[in-house]
Amino acid sequence: MGNRTKTQTIGWLFVLLSTVLITIFYFYPMLQALLLSFKSGMGNNLENVGFSNYKRLFSDPTFIAALKNTFIYLLFQVPLMIGLALVFSVLLNDPKLKFKGFFRIAIFLPAVTSLVAYSIIFKNLFAQDGIINKFLLSLSFVSEPVQWLTDPLLAKIVIILAITWRWTGYNMIFYLSGLQNIDRSIYEAAELDGANGFQIFTKITIPMLKPIILFTSITSTIGTLQIFDETMNITKGGPGNSTVSISQYIYNLSFKYTPDFGYAAAVSFVIVILIVFFSFLQFRVAGDRK
Amino acid sequence: MKKFKRIFTYLFLTVAAFVSIFPFFWMVISSTNKSVDVVKGRLLPGTHFLENMNNLFSTVNMGQALLNSAVIAIATTVFSLIIASLAGYGFEIYRSKKKDIVFNILLLSMMIPFAALMVPLYRMFGSVSQTIPFIGIDTLTATFLPTITTAFLIFFFRQNTKMFAKELIEAGRIDGLSECGLFVRSLMPSMKTAYAAAAIITFMNSWNNYLWPLVILQSPEKQTIPLLISNLGSSYAPDYGVNFMAIVIATIPTALVFFLMQRHFVAGMMGSVK
Repeated sequence: MGNRTKTQTIGWLFVLLSTVLITIFYFYPMLQALLLSFKSGMGNNLENVGFSNYKRLFSDPTFIAALKNTFIYLLFQVPLMIGLALVFSVLLNDPKLKFKGFFRIAIFLPAVTSLVAYSIIFKNLFAQDGIINKFLLSLSFVSEPVQWLTDPLLAKIVIILAITWRWTGYNMIFYLSGLQNIDRSIYEAAELDGANGFQIFTKITIPMLKPIILFTSITSTIGTLQIFDETMNITKGGPGNSTVSISQYIYNLSFKYTPDFGYAAAVSFVIVILIVFFSFLQFRVAGDRK
Repeated sequence: MKKFKRIFTYLFLTVAAFVSIFPFFWMVISSTNKSVDVVKGRLLPGTHFLENMNNLFSTVNMGQALLNSAVIAIATTVFSLIIASLAGYGFEIYRSKKKDIVFNILLLSMMIPFAALMVPLYRMFGSVSQTIPFIGIDTLTATFLPTITTAFLIFFFRQNTKMFAKELIEAGRIDGLSECGLFVRSLMPSMKTAYAAAAIITFMNSWNNYLWPLVILQSPEKQTIPLLISNLGSSYAPDYGVNFMAIVIATIPTALVFFLMQRHFVAGMMGSVK
């Protein structure tokens, strides 16, 4: 028994450092953010104001715009990307397909770029005198340059396309490895029973990949809810506030405008609530645990 | 019908591959061209490669930024791997009810968005700036300290420890190895794949991290690569050839790390999803 207690104590030593560091760098600041969200003032001159920061959210047009934009990114980008990644992985899992290695590496390639680097590339690609417009003009698809980054709707579309470009291959890799674990004989049996490609996809592939799809959709949702690098570097949140994200608004409130740390903390709790909500929702939709 | 489907598959994949590769192609081509040619949309390699490289290192101090990013990324990777693998081992091998509760609480930190932490962290580092200057605002230490412990990596190492044969530990104990010795001699050598995968993820995340360095670093000589690229990209009179050269150089390390260790990455990541 004494020996057992001793090994248990040693076990605590193994986990001590990480527990302390996560407490210092995650839980403690989180608590500070909660306390801050009930205070207001410029810079470090703060006083308690109760719930007024939270009340202010409902009448703040920039916050409402940021919330709306972040939702649009989430609702269109995550399903588009996961759908594409699934389709690519199924096509690339076909044993008879040629040039598989090339396609796989090509589609994965965007995932090695840094978020800032690819944002700058996309900003230049879609600039008014950028290569996309030159291409469209030369083929006479359009008669004058498309205002990709200065039209509120098109700018959002560019952001969604950019994120999808960067992350589809990354998610595809997970599905591909998952597919390789599925026994080929299951497919053959289904084909013998007369199942078509679509039925095989929805009745075998998707259910078999469910844990991986759940994992990737939760990580993608958490990532998209926090989106910052892309909106900051492609559009700076513009035109107007039509692409600004919640994270970017928090940054602006804290470090760009006159610092209003209390209100910024209140805004940040909205992301916390959204992340918790969507994570639980996805677990529920995925049904059984695992 | 079958043949039609086949052609469609190749067509679809070829378009996807083209869309994926084109921005890379364009970035590499543009790094060899004069700024005016980049704007004109030139898609052929130019002769300005060396000149762009020269300008990048002489006018915007790319060398210093590379050094800063490398120091931060290497420090983050080394510390992260040690801290998380110790914890993953501790939570799995010395499993107890209390430790499982602690583990689950730590996992909750994955749901905390960084945007909520940055202001309190900035204030925390600000408050120690006076007393312990080397971990205050505008230091490389402050840039990597908050990022060296992630619940994801602890979870990742715990999952990988699960697959490690428990008999080896019992055998080691009988051979008289200490608990630390067990970790170093039995576990670490058998988890090379997991370490490689964790190293790739951590290095890439750190090398590409943008928001926290943007908040905590202020002086130009502390700049990391993403900050430098972002500044170049938003300047009023950009030299596109130089900008693309910076992006190419920034991408090389992560691309190399990834392609050299790709197999480990997939194997290791899959181990944690199961």
